[in-house]
Amino acid sequence: MSAALLVEQLLNGLQFGVMLFLMAAGLTLIFGVMGLINLAHGSLYMIGAFAAAAAAGWTGSFFLALVAALMAAAIVGALVEMLVIRRLYDRDHLDQVLATFALILIFSEGTRFLFGSLPLYIDTPDLLSGPTMLPGGIEYSKYRLFIIAVGLAVGAGLFWLIARTRIGIQIRAGEADREMIAALGVDIRKLYTMVFALGAALAGLAGAMIGPIQSVEVGMGEPVLILAFVVIVIGGIGSIKGAFIGALLVGLTDTLGRIMLPQLFGMFMDASSATTVGASLASMSIYILMAGILLFKPSGLFGGQS
Amino acid sequence: MRRETILNIAIPGILLATALIAWAMGETYIITLATRAAILALAAVGLNIALGLGGLVSFGHAAFFGVGGYAMGILAFHAQNYMPLWGVIEGTKSMPIIWLVAIVASALTALAIGAMSLRTSGVYFIMITLAFGQMLYYFAISWPTYGGDDGMSIYLRNDFPGVNTLVPLNFFLICFAILAVVMVLADRLGKSAFGLALQATRQNVARVEAVGLAPYRLRLVAFVISGAVTGLAGALFADLNRFVSPSMLSWHMSGEIMILIILGGIARLSGPVAGAMLFIALEYFLEDLSHYWHVYLGAILLGVVLFARGGVVGLILGREVAHD
Repeated sequence: MSAALLVEQLLNGLQFGVMLFLMAAGLTLIFGVMGLINLAHGSLYMIGAFAAAAAAGWTGSFFLALVAALMAAAIVGALVEMLVIRRLYDRDHLDQVLATFALILIFSEGTRFLFGSLPLYIDTPDLLSGPTMLPGGIEYSKYRLFIIAVGLAVGAGLFWLIARTRIGIQIRAGEADREMIAALGVDIRKLYTMVFALGAALAGLAGAMIGPIQSVEVGMGEPVLILAFVVIVIGGIGSIKGAFIGALLVGLTDTLGRIMLPQLFGMFMDASSATTVGASLASMSIYILMAGILLFKPSGLFGGQS
Repeated sequence: MRRETILNIAIPGILLATALIAWAMGETYIITLATRAAILALAAVGLNIALGLGGLVSFGHAAFFGVGGYAMGILAFHAQNYMPLWGVIEGTKSMPIIWLVAIVASALTALAIGAMSLRTSGVYFIMITLAFGQMLYYFAISWPTYGGDDGMSIYLRNDFPGVNTLVPLNFFLICFAILAVVMVLADRLGKSAFGLALQATRQNVARVEAVGLAPYRLRLVAFVISGAVTGLAGALFADLNRFVSPSMLSWHMSGEIMILIILGGIARLSGPVAGAMLFIALEYFLEDLSHYWHVYLGAILLGVVLFARGGVVGLILGREVAHD
């Protein structure tokens, strides 16, 4: 494998990991603060993507589309939190799983009703289309670099928000002891709605940014949701740092596995069965990674005692 | 008799009666729907052993359902193409052998997945079972020998000694008989020393350990039994459709099996049957009513979870408390 191809695949893995981080950060935050397992997080990703596609269609501006996606996902997230999710905080995980599974059914069919079953596409903005030259003479897609940059910036912003701001202190306090911070005069219901809307906005942003790379369609959030679960299980549920490390691990493992495993098997098998075995193993690689990590750390890399 | 015991006989009785009346009226499609309900109920009875008795929220039971389905598919595929598997195993069209293979294969899968997943608990367990289910799903998609993404068709329904399985009612009766037998066994399991210990692990792990039992082992055994029952249901489901595809392994399937239990009533013996009948009926009537029937299904499910936690059986029995 040439160095250029390797760098390209590493960057692809990084881009995928950064996308997963945007999803996983919201999930892990919502679980950490409210103790809620939210399957409908993938629906918020889908809503972001559809909102972006619709806004890009009306205005022709990709950046307005990103703003629309953020707002749509945050608003839907806040509404859902107030109408449904709020009733689930004191329930057991089974009820949470089922209720949010019901939300997926409603959101998916609702979106199909509004937008139809045909996939939508978002054009890459002119400013970001085409390749750019990296140092060392390697060409790489400008748009994917943009995703990596936005993802890293959002990640840094999130760390700053949690570690340095007043609201971050409240969020961390909410994780530790919700009665205590309610007693100290923090409006815990408002805080929960805000955290949920923040997580939703991150998912919406991820969905909108993936629009120019993949098609925008109903059900697009589900594979990403499950990968985000794998990420936070690896990283430790509730830990933003764990979500970041886990997302990069999963992104790189998946991308590199798909390229390298078939080649690896090609060294001692004939080409067609190497492709078959390699591709099958590659599709399982992240789950094998997860199982391996759990064998040594049952509550993830950065998780507390589960 | 306790009212729940009456329900445990009455609810499967309604399913049997539905199929018999449909047969008398020549409504083949209704018999097929009743067969589907019986098979899905069997899958849910299986999940209920882990979920209801053991409190293990497995979101990956589609893995066992699909392994059972593929066990049937692979055996029948080799039999119908006269191409022995690895040059040795000829494949078979005989249902009892297929069931046995499906049970063993799904039990082994459950042993592997359970051994790793049960090291964790709570949300981790939910997510890990989900992830392992997806792992098998993607494996089935990317493995081309047995149809990959497209799945594979079996031309003729498999044989059962002495019965013409091509007659819809006969196949229904086979599935119903299995469901009835498994329900009786599940009932006895729940009341056995093992079942009581298992239910105790759901309520208080520390006390179970204190009396010298190993919760991990109890849960693993329950998980394996649960997976094996769901795997058997998968083999029957594949036989009903004469088709196996990765969608049997998808997480929607896991969710659906779980929904059946919740609609019917968790930790109730007849809950899965009531849930499966209700689910099939909803599918049948709502699909007619609207192309977007999943919206209504979602709304009903949300309503049951938020406001009617006992499901159908819970509603009928009113305040009478479930097993715990």
